[in-house]
Amino acid sequence: MNRILILFAHPALEKSRVQRRLLKAAEAIEDITIHDLYETYPDFMIDVPAEQSLLLEHDLILFQHPLYWYSCPSLLKEWQDLVLEYGFAYGREGDALKGKTLGSIISSGGSRMSYSNEGRNHYSMKQLLQPFDQTARLCGMDYLPPFAVHRTHDMHESVIDEHSEHYRQILWRLQRGLPSKEETNSLEYLNDWAAE
Amino acid sequence: MESSLLQAFIFLAAGVIAVPIASRLGLGSVLGYLIAGALIGPSVLGFLNDAESLMHFSEFGVVMMLFLIGLELKPSLLWRMRMPILGLGGLQMALTTGVITGIAYFFGQPWQTALAIGLILALSSTALALQILGEKKLMNAASGKSSFAVLLFQDIAVIPIIAILPLLAVINPNDHTGPHAESHESASLIAHLPGFQQALIIIFAVSILVLVGRFLSRPLFRYITESKLRELFTATALMMVMGIALLMDMVGLSPALGAFIAGVVLADSEYRHELEANIDPFKALLLGLFFISVGASIDFDLISTEPLLLGQIVFGLITIKFFILLGLAKLFKIPGGGKYWFSFALAQGGEFGFVLLSSSLEGRILPKETIDILTATIAISMVMTPLLILLNEKLIIPRFKEAKVTGPEADEIMEEQDSPVIIAGFGRYGQIVGRLLFANDIPVTILDHNAAHIERLRSFGYTVFYGDTARSDLLHTAGADKAKILIVTVDDREKAIEIVKMAKHSFPHLEIHARAYDALHYHALKAAGADYIERELFLSSLKMGEKSLKALGMRAFHARRQALQFAEHDQRTTDRLGKHLNDNKRYISEARQAQEEVLKILRRDKWTNRTTEDHAWDSTGHK
Repeated sequence: MNRILILFAHPALEKSRVQRRLLKAAEAIEDITIHDLYETYPDFMIDVPAEQSLLLEHDLILFQHPLYWYSCPSLLKEWQDLVLEYGFAYGREGDALKGKTLGSIISSGGSRMSYSNEGRNHYSMKQLLQPFDQTARLCGMDYLPPFAVHRTHDMHESVIDEHSEHYRQILWRLQRGLPSKEETNSLEYLNDWAAE
Repeated sequence: MESSLLQAFIFLAAGVIAVPIASRLGLGSVLGYLIAGALIGPSVLGFLNDAESLMHFSEFGVVMMLFLIGLELKPSLLWRMRMPILGLGGLQMALTTGVITGIAYFFGQPWQTALAIGLILALSSTALALQILGEKKLMNAASGKSSFAVLLFQDIAVIPIIAILPLLAVINPNDHTGPHAESHESASLIAHLPGFQQALIIIFAVSILVLVGRFLSRPLFRYITESKLRELFTATALMMVMGIALLMDMVGLSPALGAFIAGVVLADSEYRHELEANIDPFKALLLGLFFISVGASIDFDLISTEPLLLGQIVFGLITIKFFILLGLAKLFKIPGGGKYWFSFALAQGGEFGFVLLSSSLEGRILPKETIDILTATIAISMVMTPLLILLNEKLIIPRFKEAKVTGPEADEIMEEQDSPVIIAGFGRYGQIVGRLLFANDIPVTILDHNAAHIERLRSFGYTVFYGDTARSDLLHTAGADKAKILIVTVDDREKAIEIVKMAKHSFPHLEIHARAYDALHYHALKAAGADYIERELFLSSLKMGEKSLKALGMRAFHARRQALQFAEHDQRTTDRLGKHLNDNKRYISEARQAQEEVLKILRRDKWTNRTTEDHAWDSTGHK
C-alpha cells in the first residue's frame, strides 16, 4: 500500500469552502498523513530535518493548495526552498526522494475552460504546473497529473460534496496503486483517471 | 601508611581549625593557613618536621593556580596585556633587584652574592598575592590585573635567573662550607647541552604543549566524557597538569609557566569550565598545604637568636619593595586605592625565592648562614603580607572609598573596551539581548551597577563591569567612541532616560536602543533621543494573546497575522498619542478613537465575502 503524505497549504482556511471540504474528505481515509503547513509554521520557521524525515516515511507526496498566481501559497514555496535541499533531494548523493511520486491537488476560481490556450489564463493547468513537474523530475520522482476543482467561487454546496467524494475515491485508489506511465502521460487531469 | 595518614590528618585538622577562625576575625584564609603551619611546625608543637619536602610537594598548587589563570586568559587578552607585563613587570624586577643588590653590596657582600640576593628577593609570591586578591575579588580590577602582570613576568624571569645563578658563585678558598660541588644535580635533563640546543629543545617542548593543547586535547576530552565517568575526567585533568609540569621540569622551564601556557591554549576549549571545576578543589587544597608549609618553615630559633637583624631585613625588604611598587603604580596610573592593593600584595618574598635558595645551597652559590637568614626573611615577609593587607583594608582604602561616590571600584573597567555593542543593565531583559548577540559572535561590553548581581553573573561566565552608565567617562572607557550601538536595559526608569540623554549628547554617533517600561516611559525615552524603543512587556503579551486566539480555535497563521496587525496599529497609536501627553482630555479621546479603529481593522475581514480567488487571500490588505 502506498503511504500518502498530504502537504496542505492554505493561509486562510477559515475563509475557504472548497479546500476545507476536500481536507475533510482526505481525513476520512485511514493511514493518510495530513500535514497542515500554515497551522504548523505560522512564523515560517520550517523545521527542515523534521520535514525531511516525514518525506522519507511516505511514498506519495501530494501538494494540496489553492492556485495563487499560477503557483502555490508562499509557505509551500518556502517549504520547497528549504526542505528539498542539495544533498538530500538532488545533487551529489541527493537521492532521498528517488522513486517516490509527487502530485498536486488544486482548487481554482477559474473554470477548466479558462485554463487553455484560448482561455483567459492562456495555458493549460498541466502547463502551468510544469515547475512542479520539473521539481519532481530533478528529485528523481514521478509527477502525477493534477487533481483540480475549478470554478470554486460560486460553487454550489452539493457540487462541492461531489468533488470531495471524488477526491476521497481517488485517494483510496492511489493508496492501492498509481496510474500507469501511459495514463500519467495522456491524462490532463487526475480527475479523469478512469476506473478499472 | 599510618604515619602519612596521620600527617595528612594533622594538616587538614590544622587548616580546618585555623582557617575559619582567621576568616571570622577578618584576617583572610592565607593568614589562617600560615598560623596553622607555624603552630604544627617544628618550633612550636613539632607535629610537622619536614616542612621543606611538604613545601616541595605543595608547590604544585601554584602550578595548578597558574593553569587555572591561563584558562581564564584568551591569547588575545594576553596580547592586550603585553605592555603591563613587559613594562610594569620588567621595571619592578630591574628596580627591585638593583636597589637590593646595592644595599647588600654596601653592607660588604661581594657583588656576585649581592646580585644573587637581589634577584632572589625581587621575586614576589604568586600564590599569596593571587590568593589574597582573589579573595578580595580584585582579580578583574586594575590592581589585580597589574599584580598578575608583574607576577607573570617574574615567573618568566625565574628561568634566566636559574641559568645565571651558578655564574655568581663566589669561589672562596677560606670558605668552610665544604668542597665545591663539581656539578650539582640539576632537575633539568638537558643542562649539560650547549645553549642553542637547550633553546631548541625548549622551543620544541613548548610547541608540543601548544600543539597537543590545540589539536589533541579536544578528541581526548570527548573520548573521556563519553565514558560518562566523572572521576575519569578529573583524573585526566590532573594527569594533564602533572604531565605538563614534568615536561617543563625536564627541559628546565618553570612548571608554573608551562601550566600557564597550557591554560591559555585551552582557554578557547569548550571543556574549559569542566577543567576549572575539576582542578579547582585540588588547587585550593594544595595551596593551603603550601601556606601551612611556609608557616612551618619559619625558624623560630633563628628569630630568637637574631631578632634585631631579621626584623631590620624584613622591614627593609618590605619597605623597598612597597615603595618601588607604589612608584610604578603611579607611573602606570593604577587608579585610587588600587595602587595600595597592588603594592601591599606584592611586597614580599616568594615561593620561587625558596626554590632559588635551595639550589643556591646545593650549588654553593651563597653561604649557608646567608641562606638561612634569607629563607627566614622570605617566610616572615610572607606572613606579614596578610597583616599588611588587613591594615591596608582597614586604614588606607576607606579614605579612597569616601572620595568615590560610586561604590566599589573593584569591578570598574580598567582598560578601554572596543566592542561594537554596549549593554547597560544586564538583568533579565538585557541578558536575553546579550545572549542573542553572543550567540552570533558579537563582542559585547556589559555594564551593571548591582554588585551582588554582577557577582552572580560572573559565576555564569559573563564579564560584567561595575559602573553607573550615566557617567560619560565610564561610557567612554566602555568604548562608546568606537561602539555602534548602546542598548539601555536598566530597570530604573529615570536612570534609563538619563543615560539616553547623556549618550545622545556625548556620543551622537551611537545608535541607542532602549527598553521602555510602559507607554509614558516610551515617550520620555523618545524625547530623550532613543533611536529604537521596545516596550518591555509588549511582545510577550502579544504572543500570549496570539496563543490564546489559537487555543480558542483560530487558525495559527490567522492568529499570528491578527496579532501582528494589532501590534502595528498599536505602535502607530502610541506614536500619535505622544503628541498629546500634556493634554489629558485630548489624550483620552484620541486613545478611544484609536481603540475603535483597531476593532474596525481587525474585524473588516468578517464582512468581506468568503472568496479567496479574485482578491488577495487576506482582504485586510485593502485599506
